[in-house]
Amino acid sequence: MERKLAVYICTGCGIGEALDIEQLSKVATKDCKAPICRNHPNLCNKDGVQLINNDIANEGATVLVIAACSPRVMYDVFNFDGCVLERTNIREQVVWCQKPKDEDTQMMAEDYLRMGVAKANKMELPDPYQPEQEMSKDILVVGGGLTGLTAALEASRAGYQVVLVEKEAELGGFQRTVSQKVTFPYKELKANDLGQLVEAVQKDGNIKVYTGAKVEKISGGPCVFDVSIKQNGSTAEHHMGAVVLAAGWQPYDPTKLDSKLGYGTSPNVITNVQFEEMFVSAPVTRPSDSVPVKAVAFLQCAGQRDPEHLSYCSSVCCLAALKQAVQIKQQDPEANVFVVYKEMRTPGQGEDFYRKAQQEGVIFVRCQSPEVILRGNNLTVEADDELMGEKVLLDNLDLVVLATGMMPATAFGEDFKAPQPKEGEEKKEEIQVPADAILVSDILNLEYRLGPELPGLQYGFPDSHYICFPYESRRTGIYAAGCVRRPMGTANALEDGAGAALKAIQCVELTTRGMAVHPRAGDLTYPEFFMQRCTQCKRCTEECPFGAINEDEKGNPLPQPTRCRRCSVCMGACPERIISFKNYSVEMIGGMIKSINVPDEYDEKPRILVLACENDAYPALDMVGLRRQTYNAWVRVITLRCLGSLNLVWIADTLSKGIDGVFLLGCRHGDNYQCHFVKGSELADIRLSKVKETLERLVLESDRVRFETISIADYDKLPALLDQFAERLVEVGPNPYKGY
Amino acid sequence: MAKAVTQSILVVGGGMSGLSAALEAAEAGHEVYLVDKNPYLGGRVAQLHQYFPKLCPPYCGLEINFRRLKNNPKLRVFTLAEVTSVSGGEGDWDVSIQLNPRYVNEKCTACNKCNEACTMEIDNPFNYGMNKIKAAYLPHDLAFPMRYVLDPVLVKSSEAKKVQDACPYDAIDLDMCPQTVNMKVGAIVWATGWKPYDAAKLDTYGFGAYPNVITNVMMERLAAFNGPTQGKILRPSDGKAPETIAFIQCAGSRDENHLPFCSSICCLASLKQTTYIREQYPDAKITIFFIDIRATDRLEDFYRKVKEDQNVQFFKGKVAKIEQDAATNNLILRVEDTTTMTLHEIPVEMVVLATGMQPNTSESPVPIAVQYDDYGFIASMAARPGIVASGCTRTPAGVSESVQDGTAAALKAIQSLVRR
Repeated sequence: MERKLAVYICTGCGIGEALDIEQLSKVATKDCKAPICRNHPNLCNKDGVQLINNDIANEGATVLVIAACSPRVMYDVFNFDGCVLERTNIREQVVWCQKPKDEDTQMMAEDYLRMGVAKANKMELPDPYQPEQEMSKDILVVGGGLTGLTAALEASRAGYQVVLVEKEAELGGFQRTVSQKVTFPYKELKANDLGQLVEAVQKDGNIKVYTGAKVEKISGGPCVFDVSIKQNGSTAEHHMGAVVLAAGWQPYDPTKLDSKLGYGTSPNVITNVQFEEMFVSAPVTRPSDSVPVKAVAFLQCAGQRDPEHLSYCSSVCCLAALKQAVQIKQQDPEANVFVVYKEMRTPGQGEDFYRKAQQEGVIFVRCQSPEVILRGNNLTVEADDELMGEKVLLDNLDLVVLATGMMPATAFGEDFKAPQPKEGEEKKEEIQVPADAILVSDILNLEYRLGPELPGLQYGFPDSHYICFPYESRRTGIYAAGCVRRPMGTANALEDGAGAALKAIQCVELTTRGMAVHPRAGDLTYPEFFMQRCTQCKRCTEECPFGAINEDEKGNPLPQPTRCRRCSVCMGACPERIISFKNYSVEMIGGMIKSINVPDEYDEKPRILVLACENDAYPALDMVGLRRQTYNAWVRVITLRCLGSLNLVWIADTLSKGIDGVFLLGCRHGDNYQCHFVKGSELADIRLSKVKETLERLVLESDRVRFETISIADYDKLPALLDQFAERLVEVGPNPYKGY
Repeated sequence: MAKAVTQSILVVGGGMSGLSAALEAAEAGHEVYLVDKNPYLGGRVAQLHQYFPKLCPPYCGLEINFRRLKNNPKLRVFTLAEVTSVSGGEGDWDVSIQLNPRYVNEKCTACNKCNEACTMEIDNPFNYGMNKIKAAYLPHDLAFPMRYVLDPVLVKSSEAKKVQDACPYDAIDLDMCPQTVNMKVGAIVWATGWKPYDAAKLDTYGFGAYPNVITNVMMERLAAFNGPTQGKILRPSDGKAPETIAFIQCAGSRDENHLPFCSSICCLASLKQTTYIREQYPDAKITIFFIDIRATDRLEDFYRKVKEDQNVQFFKGKVAKIEQDAATNNLILRVEDTTTMTLHEIPVEMVVLATGMQPNTSESPVPIAVQYDDYGFIASMAARPGIVASGCTRTPAGVSESVQDGTAAALKAIQSLVRR
């Protein structure tokens, strides 16, 4: 592409009234040497767009800088194939938040125009990544329980080839032991139709099933996964597109329960899981001597909602207990069936089944701490009934059923430890990267430098931390579904299997087109490494939030672009600055910083560089403008894909240019992190703490660099934050490097 | 099975599950049309202050979703749109969509001049009528699409021309009329969501008559910066900061006289709202009147955290009646403590009714026969071949479940298109 710069300045929406457009145009033509510079009173209307299209068609314009409204609006109007496009925001972030016809406002607009041109000059059109190997769109499903079977079938029905791996000899998972289930519309018990699902999968021509098998190894990445499946001593190799992890759950070990619950004291004290297993086809009888059951107590929340055991609630045990209680009642309406509960959790239409259980004559006792006591042959439950206000004794019970919880299959195994530097090898400068919680659970066996399984979020569940994006796991192209992801019932698991199957399909569709997946879905750029200058410091391989970079024995990074989310954390991490994207690079931001005009100290016009995360800080800044609120005129904002892409050289560039302060604006990190790239915000904060030492050496106040967390809804607080920083900088005094 | 006649998917409802279904299907490579009856996307979640348990703003995720939307030419959006008829079958649906007039066209730049010129005010629907806005307005700060709306009352009034003249970009069209668009689509996702149960039907609670009895959705607006009080939780009657607040769980839920089912999220919503109050008023005394606290899965941790708040009391019992002290507008709650079997009369300054979610299909059914359950929810995700129900249309759901549902629905819709 032959590069020809064209600058367009819109004078609508108050821009023309607030700024000296002629002066601004001179910045474009003289400072930026733009061969084409035009302005228009309403650039987004048909004529305005036509103006630009004419220049593309007739004047050879290929690099467009549009100085107008925010890039978050009018995106459909300003859309030009085959051109580099930079939208410079002089509306929301200049004219709408600053004083009109003011010298400082003019300087701000002029700086932004320079920065926009500097940025555009370093942007290139993306060249989508195509791996050397052939790309596969086939879906691997690990786990042949309800969720896995559903995921496989749903993917097949959408036209995709599936490989299903199940470690047991038979398909079906836990549901094989369940004879009846309760599901929509929650009015009565239903026969478990798992058999139909299994048959459908076995008959499906698109699905290849391996039972009694395990995944020995997965290497590569989306569309180029190389999967080794071990079965009966031999190994099958498959080249696959994406993975659904549906490895299910294990029951909590009942021998670890509180002794108060009496497990192990009598064969008649069993767990909810054992109840299903024992009574798949046979009627419910007393385990000790097979006598028909006449009195049963179900004790809920056994070893759950308790930090000593499982801290969480397994969601389904209330409904499961009601089901089991009704099963006994239907077998023998005269039987005394008690459910001793702490909270009765039957959300949604499940409430109807709670009502049904009451109608069937099940007796409910609300008690926070029941005790199981065995006196000779007399099995008793003692409970302080909250609703009766007195102690209740349920004695001569034939059966006590303890509702134990679900643990994901990924919660078992040793802690994975990242490879440590060998003996005698010099340890490179340490950066405390927040570690992933990975247990070696022998399920996926990924050949990834950062660990062989999906990182767990909490309690071993490889769930997404995003309420809005429940399938976004930390490893691209691998989607967890079903009870391995979170405790859930069958109704939910059917949806979850379908949902994860869709994400897997979407991943292969986007990746085969060279595009990134969520959250930068559709992004055609990818990180390119100039390996000649790599010093094998391993920062990029360790800091990548998605484990997208492998490493060879010498410590050289081996990027796997199909695993990449294009967050640019690696770009920020690299001290040699060898990583760049076609439209986003260290040099590009550096160039923007250097294009800022810094007045000398006598003008008493400080300058503040704001590095804003484009996901939340930037929209918040737009909102300040939308609301016509104002902040100091010293601010110059540069957008980053993620604060994690902060490269410390920018701090050096900024301060050596005489800019007085750097303000990083990004999302919250810590336990309830908001970062759409998981670790970006946290890494920026850690890197900054290293910078403070350097600043002190240069006799620059560490106050000059600040990190503030902000959410997108905090735009009301933003002006005060920026103004307080400006005040602090005035106290600290002008940057001594001004004018050098 | 015949190959689908058209390869496009229609998603009805642009709330969390509809938006997700549309985006996920479009990113998987399919043509999607998304319609919503509001002038903006985001549905009810856009009106929340924060999500539980992370206490994050809805717009954090919505902004990413809107960016995905902007980057995807396969996804086309119609706002102020309602589906009026559906006929045909899987793979070949004929749908009619009514586009209601916004009176503002695509030339709108959101410059605000119409709003400045307008003097007429209307009840703000985004804030559940708790404040007034000008009749030429942007639905809310972060509204997407960012385009203004003119209320029909303004358009019929004498001020209409003045407001139109104030627009420098010829974006106001007073002659806009409802239009009908007829389309053929291959599959339909029905995701029309829910509305808050009408608390006025709870005749012993005084909602509507007692100003300081509000609902959980109204509390969200009070706590939000773009709400009627700029995020300050104040009593509606006198603007005073409340010192004692009561939450009444299951208000009109799990109740055969109102909504017999449980709305799943109101327990967590109230727990979350206690943190809103605590952030503003460190000493406010909060009482939660409950039947069961339904904090399932890892939400249990959030429940545990709120229980540690010494100024939050959990009271097991259902409030039978609320009375008002006419002088102060304080409320008196008549309730039995079921653990001690004693009757109480508890005075508080403000009451939040945790009302439930009523599916919109219970009042606006799908314009073609599908199966519903007893409560107006569509009985199953597979509503009928080629039509998929998603989100709160199917069952009360939180954000995470709605997105999960929307994702699954997208796949089922795609299957309708590709079945051979």
